[in-house]
Amino acid sequence: MTVTAVVEDARPMGRPLTANRLPKWAPAAVAVASIALGCGIGAGAGLASHLQWGLISAALFLLISYGVSARVEGRRQAKDRFATSVVWVAFILAVVPLVALTVYTVQQGIDVVDGNFLSHSMKGVLQSGPGGGIYHALIGTLEQVGLATAIAAPIGLLTAVYLVEYGRGKLAKAVTFFVDVMTGIPSIVAGLFILSLWNLALGFGYSGFSGSLALAILMMPVVVRSTEEMLKLVPNELREASYALGVPKWKTILRIVLPTAIGGITTGVMLAVARITGETAPVMMLVFGADYINNNPFDGPQQSLPMYIWTQYSQVNNDFGYARAWGAALVLIAFVMGLNLIARGIARWRSPKAGH
Amino acid sequence: MAKRIDVSGLSAYYGTTKAIEDISMSIEPRSVTAFIGPSGCGKSTFLRTLNRMHEVIPGARVEGKVLLDDENLYASNVDPVAVRRSVGMVFQRPNPFPTMSIYDNVIAGLRLAGVKKKSVLDEVVERSLKGANLWKEVHNRLNKPGAGLSGGQQQRLCIARAIAVEPQVLLMDEPCSALDPISTLAIEDLIGELKEQFTIVIVTHNMQQAARVSDRTAFFNLAGVGQPGKLVELDDTQRIFSNPSVQATEDYISGRFG
Repeated sequence: MTVTAVVEDARPMGRPLTANRLPKWAPAAVAVASIALGCGIGAGAGLASHLQWGLISAALFLLISYGVSARVEGRRQAKDRFATSVVWVAFILAVVPLVALTVYTVQQGIDVVDGNFLSHSMKGVLQSGPGGGIYHALIGTLEQVGLATAIAAPIGLLTAVYLVEYGRGKLAKAVTFFVDVMTGIPSIVAGLFILSLWNLALGFGYSGFSGSLALAILMMPVVVRSTEEMLKLVPNELREASYALGVPKWKTILRIVLPTAIGGITTGVMLAVARITGETAPVMMLVFGADYINNNPFDGPQQSLPMYIWTQYSQVNNDFGYARAWGAALVLIAFVMGLNLIARGIARWRSPKAGH
Repeated sequence: MAKRIDVSGLSAYYGTTKAIEDISMSIEPRSVTAFIGPSGCGKSTFLRTLNRMHEVIPGARVEGKVLLDDENLYASNVDPVAVRRSVGMVFQRPNPFPTMSIYDNVIAGLRLAGVKKKSVLDEVVERSLKGANLWKEVHNRLNKPGAGLSGGQQQRLCIARAIAVEPQVLLMDEPCSALDPISTLAIEDLIGELKEQFTIVIVTHNMQQAARVSDRTAFFNLAGVGQPGKLVELDDTQRIFSNPSVQATEDYISGRFG
């Protein structure tokens, strides 16, 4: 008798530890029900946009989750479920445009992309007619982006090393400030700057390299920022361990700090490359565009994928042009995604291993 | 190759804050000297002045003299990198290089100093790992990452890395504070063996450890919060723990302090 009494008293303020719980499949069921209901309302009210159907479903999902949970499980659990539902809805809202864009581009572009499309230029091809390809634009993009990376990556990397490992006082603050300002430079302004400096003041003509210079300006701050963050993540203990072995500072940076952060640095550089690959404005201004193959980025106009897309799409009511634009868009997206995958692969391959 | 250290009138600063004031002491070669004292009394700071690691922190500076045998480490023409090659250091938390294998970790100091010959490196790895009592546990997985070892093994790996460059003095900043009793015992046994070759200075919060491993013990104290730390006394360990000459030492050791 006494023992039972003690056990009962031990419960915190007499509150039970068990309560009604919704089954595991409940959120999925609520989601299905609200989508069905949302589509029903949408169709019933004659709403043309499927986007509206989706938004109604999402709102219903939030309300029903909260309502059902509040009824069965109580207010506190209901708030928890509501928060979880908001996160899910936000996630789906973020993913929908991405998936839709990819799917649509693949649908539109896949028929055009073939061996001929990838290996031919537009030389001698009627803009309003079939045929032609993106070979010249692909070459141009690869060369311009490659040159821009070759310029911006080392400078950006060394700037970040300076800021993290050496920079103290006013100079470092000034560099950080200007890097921040550079991050916000619109691409057309970078293009104008190079146009006035390189092409007009110094008198060089249109060329792929001229575009690379503008792209490098856009890329540099991104590289500096991401590399800086990665270098800051390297624990100070590793630097001290290296100093304590009698290793000079520059060698510590080169052999200990950079290798430790190389995965993240590579990812940052690749993301910066991905960013400039899609730039159109400075390329239009500085590379000019061409419908023939020009393998030399230092002399004469070139083409690039974003500009090719614009050229093809800018002709009104030209189905062949539209198709080629979608094909080029698909190749561009695939190129950027490929870069991202490579960056992830390198990050995983080079990251410090804790494993056995 | 063990060397003697003579410190005279040494003060260390972090920016404008004085961390330790006017410390003078002698550290005997081929012996273990333990530093004990309350947190914030400057033991670690003082230890780091002995291989010029203190100045690695921005704004930190040192006044005074540290003689390694007869060379002043703080003379104007002394290269701190060279000092650190003769005075090695083991840190509180094991910090093997995460990108390197066990083998590469041990020879990191040599390889970064430009030694390339494989036969030399192989020999150093075996000798250092044996010296750190780690060879038996890892000799068949030298190419696995150093970060995959247990905490105690990682700390012994760091000791192997420190002795691989054959320093004259080995500084240890609370080397066992992140380890369990068994790993601690392994490191303490190792310290006993290492003192045959090296001059060892160890900072510890564990008074029993100081009593077990050291020949001489120095007690540091600070007058109050914000005041610089000072050396109270340095004597044979046995004397410090049985019959110290200063009342504050006895209070600290017997637990009547703060």
